Amino acid sequence: MNKLDIFKNGITKENPILVQQVGMCATLAVTTSLLNGIGMGIAVIAVLTGSNIVISLLRKFIPDEVRIPAFVIIIAAFTTIVDLLMHAYTFALYQALGVFIPLIVVNCLILARAEAFAFKNGVVDSIIDGLGMGAGYLVAMILLSSVREFLGNGTLFGINVLPASYEPMMIAIQPPGAFIILGLLIGLVNYLSRRKKA
Amino acid sequence: MNLISLFITSAIVNNIIFSQFLGACPFLGVSKKIDTAAGMGIAVIFVITLASVITYIVQKAILDTLGLQYLQTIMFILIIAALVQFVEMFLKKSAPGLYQALGIYLPLITTNCAVLGVAIINITKEYNFIEAMVNSVGTSLGFFIAIVLFAGVRDKVDNADLPESLKGSAISLVAAGLMSIAFLGFSGLQL
Repeated sequence: MNKLDIFKNGITKENPILVQQVGMCATLAVTTSLLNGIGMGIAVIAVLTGSNIVISLLRKFIPDEVRIPAFVIIIAAFTTIVDLLMHAYTFALYQALGVFIPLIVVNCLILARAEAFAFKNGVVDSIIDGLGMGAGYLVAMILLSSVREFLGNGTLFGINVLPASYEPMMIAIQPPGAFIILGLLIGLVNYLSRRKKA
Repeated sequence: MNLISLFITSAIVNNIIFSQFLGACPFLGVSKKIDTAAGMGIAVIFVITLASVITYIVQKAILDTLGLQYLQTIMFILIIAALVQFVEMFLKKSAPGLYQALGIYLPLITTNCAVLGVAIINITKEYNFIEAMVNSVGTSLGFFIAIVLFAGVRDKVDNADLPESLKGSAISLVAAGLMSIAFLGFSGLQL
């Protein structure tokens, strides 16, 4: 597989949220505004790429039997780094994302890439895979959070984009909106990929 | 806040799935049949309660006294992973019947963000030990209620005549959203 294919694979064919549907908790919870969605997406890219690099470098040294605990510790270390950096430099975002930053450690997406890709491939490929999967995650977060913020608040990045007479659909930024809009987005993706095949 | 209202709040009003979004992966993954959903729910109650006791003690006795709070994430995930492993071995030896029923769900629970989430929330909300326990039992009971109810709904949805593209997880998410609206009704509850 060439490098560009690895990268594109994460965004389209194996998009972590819209196709594989892993790592849903944070996706549903933090996408109430576009800024939060992008912040979470970038945090996940950082942890995913970092852990992919280290796991790929150590793949000859980690015995097969203890690979899962080893992955978890590496991922937890990167999550802690991101957690502390966000606490220091982007405090408002840190507070908005709350418990979901430490919870990156149990995001199945990252463990799945460690197991399925980084443990079996070289460093360069693993970096590209991390960036591609991360980008796919970010794209899905942007889609979901922009729809939710637009419908629920009439804003994008907190700036009004609709006339003042627009009555916000509160439900979109409340919990039910997360489930329903993500469900419809996945339905749309299914529809498009079925049409492409046919 | 008194303990009864904390319990009801954590179980129903702030339901772990419908309003906090923790544990959505097993909620969507293991809810195809009511009995497997109930098995998963019971395993989660068991592990969340045990894990909350241990992580709470470790946080207060070790991390806080030594000033190592930044190791919280790493410590907690290791404790949960080890705990799940021990529970599995213990059940296998001493309660084979229970192990048969819960066995396959236990490994999945390590990466269930509900467990780590509740452990961290107990610390960040500065609950005392009793409140933390009530919150853990309440929250995990909320998970049980949600996943069993959802499995029942899904059973019906799967038999419905749907557009091909919406089948599977898409319609499940929409159904979960509608259930979430119902749970939103509890948020007006005066406790």
